[in-house]
Amino acid sequence: MEIRTTFHKKLREIQDDVLVMGSMVEKAINRSIETLKNRDLALAHQIITDDQKINGKRFEIEEKCIEIIATQQPLASDLRTIVGVLIITSEVERIGDYAEGIAKITVLIGDEPSLKPLVDIPRMAEKTNDMLRRSLQALINRDAVAARQIISEDDEIDNLYDQVFRELLTFMLEDPKTIARATRLIWAAHNLERSADRVTNICERVVFIVTGKMEEIGASKY
Amino acid sequence: MKNGSAFQRHLRVRQITGYINGTLFFLATLTGIIVLIVLIADVFKDSVGWLDWQFITSYPSRKPQEAGLLSAMFGTLWVMALTALFSFPVGIGTAIYLEEYAPDSRLRRLIQTNINNLAGVPSIVYGLLGLALFVQALSLGRSVLAGALTLTLMSLPVIIIAAQEAIRSVPESYRLGAFALGSTRWQVVRHIVLPNAVPGILTGTILAMSRAIGEAAPMIAISALVYLTFIPVSPMDRFTVLPIQIFNWVSRPQEGFWHLAAAGIIVLLFVLLTMNAAAIVLRNRFQKRTEE
Amino acid sequence: MVNNVARLEAKSLELWYGKFQALRGISLVIPQNQVTAIIGPSGCGKSSLLRCFNRMNDLIPGSSVKGQVLFDGRNIYAANIDPTEVRYRIGMVFQKPNPFPKTIFENVAFGPRVNSFIGDLEEIVERALHRAALWDEVKDRLYKSAMQLSGGQQQRLCIARALALEPEVILMDEPCSALDPVATLKIEDLMKSLAENYTIVIVTHNMQQAARVSDMAAFMMMEEDRAGVLVEYGSTSKLFTNPKDKRTEDYITGRFG
Repeated sequence: MEIRTTFHKKLREIQDDVLVMGSMVEKAINRSIETLKNRDLALAHQIITDDQKINGKRFEIEEKCIEIIATQQPLASDLRTIVGVLIITSEVERIGDYAEGIAKITVLIGDEPSLKPLVDIPRMAEKTNDMLRRSLQALINRDAVAARQIISEDDEIDNLYDQVFRELLTFMLEDPKTIARATRLIWAAHNLERSADRVTNICERVVFIVTGKMEEIGASKY
Repeated sequence: MKNGSAFQRHLRVRQITGYINGTLFFLATLTGIIVLIVLIADVFKDSVGWLDWQFITSYPSRKPQEAGLLSAMFGTLWVMALTALFSFPVGIGTAIYLEEYAPDSRLRRLIQTNINNLAGVPSIVYGLLGLALFVQALSLGRSVLAGALTLTLMSLPVIIIAAQEAIRSVPESYRLGAFALGSTRWQVVRHIVLPNAVPGILTGTILAMSRAIGEAAPMIAISALVYLTFIPVSPMDRFTVLPIQIFNWVSRPQEGFWHLAAAGIIVLLFVLLTMNAAAIVLRNRFQKRTEE
Repeated sequence: MVNNVARLEAKSLELWYGKFQALRGISLVIPQNQVTAIIGPSGCGKSSLLRCFNRMNDLIPGSSVKGQVLFDGRNIYAANIDPTEVRYRIGMVFQKPNPFPKTIFENVAFGPRVNSFIGDLEEIVERALHRAALWDEVKDRLYKSAMQLSGGQQQRLCIARALALEPEVILMDEPCSALDPVATLKIEDLMKSLAENYTIVIVTHNMQQAARVSDMAAFMMMEEDRAGVLVEYGSTSKLFTNPKDKRTEDYITGRFG
């Protein structure tokens, strides 16, 4: 028999907020790649402004967590959920910052001619988003197996990053005039690689919430 | 308000019902008080002019003007003192055993039921028992001792029950606290139960005693004298007591003796009320001591 | 700072009240100089278990115990052990403050008096009151009635009363349930500091309290026949953040009752 219905309803609401925040970040990544591809500076500025909303959402969740700790004294899995959510939101917020970073890179690139059509970077973004979405789903479902699976998929991102890096390196070796433009693209790819690493952190927290064990699972290559 | 009208109507009826009942109960209470006042006033009126120093210091006499209750008063004091001496330790000992030591067995319940029933036995029956047991079987004769032992038997059940009540009213948490500090059962009784039960025990005992000295029936049964012209000096002496003296005077035809009876009743009431007052004072003293 | 010296140990302990089994198969080790909390729903037998540790259940007619409680390696239920000696060495503090209706001094001196202490009684009383963090509040009215103290002070007096016997273990049966929050926090703080010199076992229905004061925690439950069993026992931090047993988890997160 469920006794603390109000408390557990609040706890679910907080997790729903995390999902909302996740989809905000996902949208930011998608749009940042679009601006990078299409040189849409207006959209880039929009992304930079919208990051404030993500940060705001993060503070909102944090405040709710603090309130629930202060008023409800959560224990055991409830306590792990709250603490896990606090860390997860901070990771999600950082991923939002990486999307904002890509938008800023677009602004930096400005109207310079494009180096090459982007292929691997959008693929990295897609994979990162997929991992982010599934990691938050794993949080809702208390699914440690899925979380571990997502962590293992970080290698794909690392491989794509390798590929992007090597390709851009060849451009730079062939023509030093491309160094500035290529470096900026490497930054963008690097942001995505870091984002995926943040997702693995989220997954580690999910495993902690479910099992109560804190462990470093499958260290990233970068 | 929902169904406002019905509520208001019924409220009126409810209030009137309560008022009527309250008045009835007050009248019931008044009955007892009025009877008591009339009784005392009547007795006082009859005793006027008869209750004097001569009355208290004289022996009984054929002439109402010379008669007094000196021997009966001393007899009452003797019997009272001895009854207290016997019934107090036995009564409290029994109560302590039953409350603190006796296991909750069928035997214990049997004893308890007996004591409760004995408290309700008419006093004349105790008189007959005293006559058979003390006067005749133990050959104590119609002595102060036999009278005191008879009254002891009569008051024991009441004293035991009162002491049990007092012991039971000592919070269990005190006992547990004392046990948890490594007290033995006797130490718990001696240092915790008794000090806290004493006010109740004393009150109960004194009330039982004052009831006992007012009893004429058992004393008549063991044939205490009605015409005694000396003060008993040993427990084996013959004696009389106030209720018997009063009873005797009431049954005389001459009007003068009726006035003597009224004066005797005043003395008896005075003794009883003094004892009750002593009970109250003692209880308050002990209560204050434990609460300070 | 986990200390592994066992001070008390229950071994396959069973408690019966007549035909009703109140405890079944309880085995646990109470470590020295630690606060051990026993939690669980009402009627799970946690207070009964506590009272097994100083043989207070002996006072309940019809109670019987199977199994062992080892104290310094000796079974306190062995035939040659007098329960009075057990209670002299293992103190107890009750749910409701129960000072005797005597002076503050006499309350604390009671234990030493009935156990024929030799020595300076005033010194013993003062030391016990100091340890119970009550001395400063009562030093000017030692010969006034203990009944005039506040609830929290009365409970600390009861702790001082137990301390006056220099017990090795102090059992506390929901010691704060009748107290206001500030008095409660004071007693909790006191428990922590007492644990430096004594071994403390506390029964509480307040999980937050158990979490705050204890080093070790035991969770008990009633089985279907209403007998109390030990579900889980371990370090407090483990039990309250990541319990092993589903039933513990459900209880402390309020998902069953």
